[in-house]
Order: sequence, then structure tokens, then C-alpha cells
Amino acid sequence: MSDQTSTAPQSRLAKALDSDFFYNFRRSPVAVVSFVAVMLLVLSSAFAPLIAPYDPFDPGSLDLMNGFTAPMAPNDFTGDVFWLGTDDQGRDVFSTILYGMRVSLFVGFAAVSFAMVLGITLGLVAGYVGGWVETIIMRAADVQLTFPAILVAMLIFGIAKGVIPIQHHDQMAIWVLIVAIGLSDWVQFARVVRGATLVEKDKEYVQAARMIGRGRGIIMLRHILPNVLSPVLVIATISLALAIIAEATLSFLGVGAPPTQPSLGTLIRIGQGYLFSGEWWIILFPSVTLLALALSVNLLGDWLRDALNPRLQ
Amino acid sequence: MSDTVLDIEGLSVHFPTRRKLFVAVNKANLAVEPGEIHGLVGESGAGKSTIGAAVMGLLERPGHIAEGTVSFKGEHISGRDADGMRALRGAKISMIFQDPLTSLNPLLTVEQQLVETIQFHLKLSDADSLTRAVALLDRVGIPDPSERIKQYPHQFSGGMRQRVVIALALCSEPDVIIADEPTTALDVSIQAQILELIKELARERQTGVILITHDMGVIADTTDKVTVMYQGKVVESGTTAQVLGAPTHEYTKSLIAAVPRPTLKVHRFPQLSYGGRQIAFHIDDLARNWERPEPSKSGTLLKVEGLTKTFLARNAIIPSRRKYFTAADKVSFDIREGEVFGIVGESGSGKSTVARMIATLYQTNGGKIFFDDEEITQLKTAKDLESYRRQIQMIFQDPFSSLNPRMRVDEIIAEPVKHHKLLEGDAIQHRVDELLERVGLGSDAGRKYPHEFSGGQRQRISIARALATQPRFLICDEPTSALDVSIQAQILNILKDLQEHLGLTMLFISHDLPVVRQMCDRVGVMRQGQMVEVADTETLFAAPKEAYTRELLSLMPKLEGLSTEGLEDEIV
Repeated sequence: MSDQTSTAPQSRLAKALDSDFFYNFRRSPVAVVSFVAVMLLVLSSAFAPLIAPYDPFDPGSLDLMNGFTAPMAPNDFTGDVFWLGTDDQGRDVFSTILYGMRVSLFVGFAAVSFAMVLGITLGLVAGYVGGWVETIIMRAADVQLTFPAILVAMLIFGIAKGVIPIQHHDQMAIWVLIVAIGLSDWVQFARVVRGATLVEKDKEYVQAARMIGRGRGIIMLRHILPNVLSPVLVIATISLALAIIAEATLSFLGVGAPPTQPSLGTLIRIGQGYLFSGEWWIILFPSVTLLALALSVNLLGDWLRDALNPRLQ
Repeated sequence: MSDTVLDIEGLSVHFPTRRKLFVAVNKANLAVEPGEIHGLVGESGAGKSTIGAAVMGLLERPGHIAEGTVSFKGEHISGRDADGMRALRGAKISMIFQDPLTSLNPLLTVEQQLVETIQFHLKLSDADSLTRAVALLDRVGIPDPSERIKQYPHQFSGGMRQRVVIALALCSEPDVIIADEPTTALDVSIQAQILELIKELARERQTGVILITHDMGVIADTTDKVTVMYQGKVVESGTTAQVLGAPTHEYTKSLIAAVPRPTLKVHRFPQLSYGGRQIAFHIDDLARNWERPEPSKSGTLLKVEGLTKTFLARNAIIPSRRKYFTAADKVSFDIREGEVFGIVGESGSGKSTVARMIATLYQTNGGKIFFDDEEITQLKTAKDLESYRRQIQMIFQDPFSSLNPRMRVDEIIAEPVKHHKLLEGDAIQHRVDELLERVGLGSDAGRKYPHEFSGGQRQRISIARALATQPRFLICDEPTSALDVSIQAQILNILKDLQEHLGLTMLFISHDLPVVRQMCDRVGVMRQGQMVEVADTETLFAAPKEAYTRELLSLMPKLEGLSTEGLEDEIV
């Protein structure tokens, strides 16, 4: 302790780079590789307008003559070369993937954030308040777990379609998707947060706060919430991969992202129609991208779980 | 080579970590003879348990033996590989761990665990193994062993479970037993029985025992020889009478001076500081700014009448089938303004339950609490309780869980002040800095997080938080039982200062009778939820009325042979 205080105060960055957490990260090749992969995919989709050679949503740039061009091969009619080929409309597959990944990632992040806020709130209340409030919340969670997540999402999607007027369907589709996936995913967060809350609420610092006379709300927010967040971080990362896959599944089934805003799932759905007619690239490249994205996020989550668990070190 | 069974020579254990090499044990020597109980004493982090693990070949990576040797009956065993150690471990050298709850397999009956161990080591038939297992249980004092052997560990009480663990350690007739804090998790009465058993067994079977403990009382009553460790080094070694009665090393002296004595009361524990751990506690400055309220008219600050608390033991929809457990049963006592009132009792006696009811952490199921002649139990809303809560504060047992790890120290101390709106703006920070200064931490401590402090420092932060609202009444729930003895002496001194200079009234809860004797003016003894006896401390220790109090007192370690060096000026 004394030798720490005598050294000059470090900057926040220097402290972070020197932390055990970052050390652990550097020593794990899986973590570094998956982190780099995630960053590469996220950044390339974020800067899609700058990177993509074509704008797949600009009908003026499309040429039907370019349809079904194979990867790296010049088109028979126009002589244009596309890295990953084109689809039936003559859209560049590479550009479409970049734009499609934007939709997938946006839906994934937003759905996980929604599930997280909902799950943490319900989990905290269930764990701290207890009694019949806890019983209702946790039984609702149990009931929901008996349905497959994708079924719940499709149900919510179906209800939303019935409620929202038809002319708004396409523009609301993304938001409905987010709510549907989010609602099917909050249970995990609620369960973990409730468990952690049960442990924390018996600790003496919470009793000290109660003795001061602090109300339930403040104790939950200021004292318990910061101490239950590290498992949440782990679940959020793994949930992100699941949410991206759930979105792709819904879109593949045709109930997700609309054709005007194609996500990776939509691209795979379009591509599978041409799989047996020899145009393999239309389905392969979006699928590989989806795989890479979900796998690297998942591996990062796995590492995070181990790194944040002091018992495994 | 005489008849030494275990000989540790120049043993060093290193834990290379990312930043530096941590030397857990530094050139330690220790020899154990048959039938001898060798105590290994030191504070937490001194390396005593590491020695035990090194002997057993159970060091956790990256720890390893860097130099020195461990010899068993003249043969080097420190260089053996995993298979070689396994042949020795359990067979020739056994271990008894601290927590009997976790050292038995909960899914196997005691019979399965004992018989398997006996068969593995002694290669006996099923019937012979069983006979032997029953005989062992009988020997370690388990009544009706042939019936109880069929039970699972959870059907045994803590003390009985530790007896089973000892029986398990004896299965293979080992030559050496390493007992790592074997009684720390147990109550005093059970502790005395277990130690007596270990003593008998060592004599009877000529087994060498290494008894690792932090408790001077255990050392004084049980061991033949003792080795004192400090920061990985052996500082002193010799026969128990000699080391405890006439310590030569400064560290041993400071350690012994810090031990609370059951027979003499000291004014303050001497600060024979070792390694510059003396702390400055500026009570005078604190007392100058302390606002003292009007003393209570009747002279009694807190009065408790027939206080009862029951917990639901088994829930059921039909109310009549519910089962309740009475944690506190019609407890009555009163605390005079300015005195320290102690409650002693074994675990489960309900002493903490009473404290928590007074602290408004538990609802009462009956009885009344009066504070300054106002009935607290009638106040229902948080608003009504506000004034009471400002006047009482609590110091908790576990310094590692009583501070929110995600809050900065200054936020922690400021929280009660802000909640009760006692001060505003800069005055809050000023109060916090002042308090940190006064408890000897320095005002820059406020910018740090709790994990950057040691146990004793955290307990001082806890005290600073408790003082922030300038309370009249302080509840101390086992404030030192998680601390090392020298830190305990510091904290007890601080509490004595507070009581004396600020006129604080205190409720002091402890299971440790010698500590209670040092701290309290009057004492209440609790047993199974009931208040057995309330008396002045001196009267209670000199002439206890109740049989249970007498029994408790008789189980106290006597510590008669302990040196009183450094204490002479302080004895009251």
C-alpha cells in the first residue's frame, strides 16, 4: 500500500493499461483475435459508406446486366469485376454485406440494451424487495423460458404487425424486431441480477445504508446495482451474439428486417434461392460474415467471463 | 537424525506474480517430534498455512519451494513428484482443515468416507474396516458411533463434524498431523473439547502435530513448543512456556502485549509497535468539535423490555403448519448514558439479533425499545425514525463487506451526513477529511476505494462513518473478531478513547470474554435467545451467579504463563 501511494499519480489510460484485466487480455490470444475481429467488423459496417465500392440502395448505380456475376470474375456483358460477386439485381455482395451488417449490429445492440435495462430492473426489484413481487417476476420469467426465444419473438412480431397500420410496416419493422428480441431475452439478465442481489443485500454495507435510513430506491441504485454489474457485462456480450443470430433467423424466416433495409439474415434468405442454381456466393459470404461476427463476440464473452471470475485465476 | 518425524530446514516458498516475487515463507526451520504438539502462530499473511501446504505438497500454482528441504523421518520429501507425494499424503501425514462444513463430502455418509479411506490406506476387509471406523468414531468422542456412522455430514453439529474430520485424519495412523486453524470456526466450548481431543491423541499415538493458529489462547493451552512467524520469517521458536513467558524478539513481545487477558484489565493496550504500524488517533481534536446533546433525564439511554424476534423456519400456506424459530426471547436490559454494555454468548445465542433490532434493521415481534425515554418501537415511518437513526450508529464485524466496494471512501463517510442533511457543500468534505485525519488515515485516503486498504484500516473507515453524524449511541457487533490481535488492540484502544472523550454510550457484542472484560462496564450473558445474567463486569467475572456463565468462564483460555511485559503501567 505504502509503495503505491508514494509513486506519482498515473493517468487513467496508463492505469488501465497496467491493470490485471488488460494483462490478462494481452496474454489470451483468443481474446485478442476475437477482439480485433469484432472491431474490424463493427468499424467496417460503421464506415460502410466510405468503404463500400457501390451503394446497394441507390437504384441508379445498379445495372441489371451485372446480375449473377461470380466473385473476382469480369462480367460477361459489362466487364465489371466484383470482389464477392453480385446478386440477381446486380448488387455488389460485398457492399450489401457491409450495409446489412449495420442493420444486424444495430438491432443486436439495441435489443440487448433493451433486454438489459428490463432484466436488471426486474432482477434488482425481485431480489431486493422479495415476497410476492419476487414470486410474480420470477414465475413470469420461468413461464417465458418454457417457450423458445424465437417463438416469443415471432409472437410479438405478429401482434405488432396486427396493431401497426400497414403503411408503417416497413419503417417500424426494425423497432418491432428490437422489442421482440429484447423481450425474449430479458430473463437471463433478471435471473443473474436477482441472484447477485440476494448475495449483496445481506452484506454489511447494505445494512449500514439501511441503518442510515436510506430508502429502497437509493440502496438498490447506489449500493447494489454497481456491485452486480460485472456478471451482467458477461451476459450482455454473449447475448449480443445470440441477438444477432436471432435477428438473422427472424429475417431469414421473412418476419424480420424488410427488403428495403436488408440485414445479414435477409441476404441469406435471398441467397438460398440461388444456392442450387450455382450462384453459391450470394448465400456463402453473408453467412460467413454472420458466423465470424457471432463467433468472435461469443469468444470475447467467454474470455470476459473467465477474466472477471476471480476464482478461475 | 534423532527421532524427529518432520524436519523443515531453511524452507522458502515463492509465489512469482506479474509484478514481483512474493516470498511467502523465508528460510523457515521447524522440527516436530513424536507426540509433540508444535504451535505455529502468526498474523494473517505470516505464511503459516503456506508451510502446511508446502509440507503436504499442496502449494497452489505458481507457488513453489524455492529452497530448503522438508524431511519426513530422515527422508527428503520436498523433491518428490505428485505420485510420490500422494503416497505420503493422507497415509503418513494427514491434515485437518479449518472448516468442517467443507472438508467432508456432503453426498456420502460418514461410513462411506471413513471405510473408503481405511481400505485405501490399510487394505483391510469390509468388515474389519467398518469395525475400525466405528472404533475411531468412538475414540474421537462421538456418542452411539455404530448408529451415527450411517448418517450424512449435515446431520452432525459443527463440533461433531470436526471430530469426524479428525477421525478421518487418523484412519491411516499417520505419524504427523497438520491442523490448520482446526477450531477457528467453532464455539469456545467446542473448541476446548476439540483441543483436548487433539492433545490426548497426540500423547496416546505418539503423533507429531503441527497446530497452525492465530490464537494465543490456543497456543498457551495446547502446545508444547511454539514457532512465531512474521511476514514469512520465523522470528522466535522454543518451548511454549519460554516463548510466551519470556519472549525475546520484539515482534513476539508486541504480539503478546496485544492479547486481551481474562484475568487483568488494562487501561489501554500498549502500542509496542513493530514494523512501524503505530497509528495516530487524534481524539482531542475530535472532542473539541463534538456537539453533546442534553444527557438523558433518567440516566438510562437505552432500555429494552421483553424484546422478541422470531424467524420463519418452515413456510406453509396454512398458518398453523408454519414453524418459527425464536432468535430472541423476551430480552430485557438497560444501558446507562455513557457506559459500555456488553452482550456475550456463543453463536446462535441471539446477541446479533438483539443488536439488529435496536439498529432498526429487524422488525421486532414483541417487546419495546426506549431511547432517551422515547418508545422507538412505536415509530413506524422512516420519517419518524430519522432522529433516532441519526443518534445511533453501528460498527460491523467484517471490514471486507461493511464498505461498499464501488464507492469512494469519502462518499462512504459522507453518505450519512448527506442523508440526514447535517451539513452542506464544502462543510461535508471538510467533515470527511477531518474524520479521516482523526482516525489516522490522512485526508487523501478519501480519494481511494476500500480495496486499497487493509482490514484494520477499513475498520477505521467504518468507525469514521459511524462518527460522521456525531451519534450518542454506538452499536459494535463483533467489531474485532475478523481482525488480527495487534489490529484488534488498536481498534479496542480507539473505541475506549471514543467512549471516554466523547461520552459515547456503547453496546458491545462479542463472543470473546477477555475482550469483553477489557471493554465493558456491565455485561449481559445470552444463551439460546434468552438473557441469562446481567451484572457488572467485575462482579460477573469474579462471582458469576448462573451455572451457564460459570461454564463459559471456565472455558476461557487462562493465559497465565503469558508475559506481562509492556503492560505494567496500564493494569487497572
